[in-house]
Amino acid sequence: MRQKRRTMLYIPGNNPAMLIHGGTYGADSLLLDLEDSVALEQKDSARILVKNVLKNINFYDAEVCVRINHLDTPFGIEDLKEIIPLKPDAIRYPKTETIEDLKRLVTVMEEIEDQHNILHDEIKIHIMIETALGVQNVFEIAKLCHRLDAITIGGQDLTADMNIKSTKDGSGIDLARKMIVMAAKANKIDAIDTVFVDIDDEEGLRKETEKSKNLGFTGKAVINPRQIDIVHEVYTPTEQEIRKAYKIYKEFKKKKKEGIGVFAVDGKMVDAPVIARAKYILELAHINLQEI
Amino acid sequence: MKNSLNRNIPEFINGIGKIAPFTGAWNKLKKGWMDELTISPPNKAKLPHQKKLTETLKEAITKTSPKDGMTVSFHHHLRNGDFILVETIKILAELGIRNITLASSSLNDSHTELIKYIKDGTITKIWTSGIRGKLGKAISEGIMENPVIIHSHGGRVRAIHTGKIAIDLCIIAASAADEEGNATGAIGKSAFGSLGYARIDSRYSKQVIVVTDNLVEFPCFPLSIQQNFVDYVVKVASIGDPTKIASGTTRITKSPMDLRIAKLAADVIEKSGYFKNGFSFQVGAGGASLAVAKFIRKKMENKEIKGSFLLGGVTSYGVDMLNEGLFKTIFDVQSFDAEVSSSLYNNKNHIEISASLYANPYNCGCMTNKLDIVVLGALEVDVDFNVNVITGSKGYLRGASGGHCDTASGAELTVVVCPSFRGRISTINKRVDTIVTPGESVDVVVTERGICVNPNKPELAQILVKAGLNIRNIEDLQKEVEKIVGIPNPIERTDKIVALIEYRDGTAIDVVRQLKTVE
Repeated sequence: MRQKRRTMLYIPGNNPAMLIHGGTYGADSLLLDLEDSVALEQKDSARILVKNVLKNINFYDAEVCVRINHLDTPFGIEDLKEIIPLKPDAIRYPKTETIEDLKRLVTVMEEIEDQHNILHDEIKIHIMIETALGVQNVFEIAKLCHRLDAITIGGQDLTADMNIKSTKDGSGIDLARKMIVMAAKANKIDAIDTVFVDIDDEEGLRKETEKSKNLGFTGKAVINPRQIDIVHEVYTPTEQEIRKAYKIYKEFKKKKKEGIGVFAVDGKMVDAPVIARAKYILELAHINLQEI
Repeated sequence: MKNSLNRNIPEFINGIGKIAPFTGAWNKLKKGWMDELTISPPNKAKLPHQKKLTETLKEAITKTSPKDGMTVSFHHHLRNGDFILVETIKILAELGIRNITLASSSLNDSHTELIKYIKDGTITKIWTSGIRGKLGKAISEGIMENPVIIHSHGGRVRAIHTGKIAIDLCIIAASAADEEGNATGAIGKSAFGSLGYARIDSRYSKQVIVVTDNLVEFPCFPLSIQQNFVDYVVKVASIGDPTKIASGTTRITKSPMDLRIAKLAADVIEKSGYFKNGFSFQVGAGGASLAVAKFIRKKMENKEIKGSFLLGGVTSYGVDMLNEGLFKTIFDVQSFDAEVSSSLYNNKNHIEISASLYANPYNCGCMTNKLDIVVLGALEVDVDFNVNVITGSKGYLRGASGGHCDTASGAELTVVVCPSFRGRISTINKRVDTIVTPGESVDVVVTERGICVNPNKPELAQILVKAGLNIRNIEDLQKEVEKIVGIPNPIERTDKIVALIEYRDGTAIDVVRQLKTVE
């Protein structure tokens, strides 16, 4: 079944309580952060903590990603050396601006993986686009390698890089959002939207998530577990959508046996893209396609 | 001797007498009546137009002819803002009264000063449903000769009926009262809502004094306390600190962990089969327990489900649900915030009930017996689903039995919500330190790491598994938590019993022994 990434919960790598409980909040994906949420003087201790948490704590069904520090910093290489042997589901790379950035990450990762007999496709890569240059290059970066599995927009850093004010409607980064989604979709990978920082504004979060969903984002990063349910509600298909998808998929299986590729359900044409969408909805709704 | 939960219970305790061991949550009730003899309420007389008003509390107390060895009772509706309990004991001490049995429906941080009166022999016995703070600590460390008896709210009524708590003097603080002693907690500057726990005391006490800071013109209504049971009335400057008596409005927790647990509990309730039109519901007043109401409210709105009644300690959140038409009625034995008092006074569907109607096991139908769903908290739970709500991780008395075992016994679905560990202390343990509520009356334990269904409810487990909920074996969960937090050093205790935990039917479910290591 497809890995859902409706939510990606940021967990500061220096916060033991949040790390230990990370898997219990129901987020689809967890981001154990060694980068921006960890102060410079705590980088080493956070790395040790995340390492031990990865070894000992059950994250249940959640995907586990570790955001490392950029390889231009004194911490990036050490992060990879310590974390890769523990085989998290993915490594997230911050401030990816060029193809060279990603190439360099892949090379370093592969070297470490070779030392530990880890196959090169076991750990996925997520990148963050959080500068104007990164946005400009995102189409090239997105198609560079098969290990790249998701692209996230870093809204806070991007507004800072563009020297604009961060607004609730996100108008300044609107184009960037669309470009990142398009680059991700063109390569059949996930696009994850940036965080919504006002944790007490539930309605604001719901509206922004609806907007993200409509733009094509696969999910949204969250900074507080209280935000998870709202994002999930927006991204979870409605009963009506599920029923419609079920009907389409059932009909598709029937017609497939008969050798028919294009057919109609409720008077509307159904072809491959419609079937793919129906399949996606059913997977999001935890419906086993084999049983339909 | 061992009770049916394998706890060591003495056959006899000095100062208390012969002890009956717990034999099962509903075992004694099956008979249909109570074996113990009941006492008659006192028959008193006043001459026509005889005045009840006194100038001071001391004058009223003096008029009741206090004596050594007497039992004095109080309610705990003033919560942490109570000025009256300690003041009364102080007066009795000044009058030279000793060996008092204190029977307060609960004790809290406003009663810390009692330590002094325990140490000097003014108070030698205590009956209560809860003990907290420094007082709980001092008692755990063994300052009393006789063990404190911890009862449930329903069990207290039974104990009064049987004369185990034979009240000589009952002091009822009220936020409004008239010169005859008709009294309420629903109005006035110190309003606290329901006077549910005090009613039984007013009926059975040999002497009753109503203390108010708001003497109103006769008649004071609603008649939460009726004049025909009241001997004296006193007007004082203040019965308590209003800021500590009631909060403004109860807010739902913002703790992500509590909210997560509450959401899971609400999912359990939704799928359990009991969530349907006409269901009755009770939740605690804070934390994850109250937060369940938030999620249930939303589910009720979405599914257009209307409930029958809300029960118990009531918060403004419950009042909102009543006002929105989500529930038909509130039966209120205890009100937690200012809005609740106002609703109790103004809304005919918000009904004040006594502790007896609320939870007394020995009558023909307390409200808890009609409860469909209750959500309760826990300090710890064991793999047999037994719940401790009285002793903390260091072994000190720091909680309350309250209505925990009463509601668990009565509800069709008893859901206990708690994090799997707090700080570095496991909440799901092989064996709880102290049993207050027997596991057989607990159906589901909801933690952030999974939902455990009591093996005595296999059909429920099946329904919840089918609904896709994360149902786990409680022993597996206990092991997982133990792996994360480790095993703490055992609490060391002496043989001296500092508290006897009574089950609602009057049997001994557990005892608490004196702590060896004093902090």
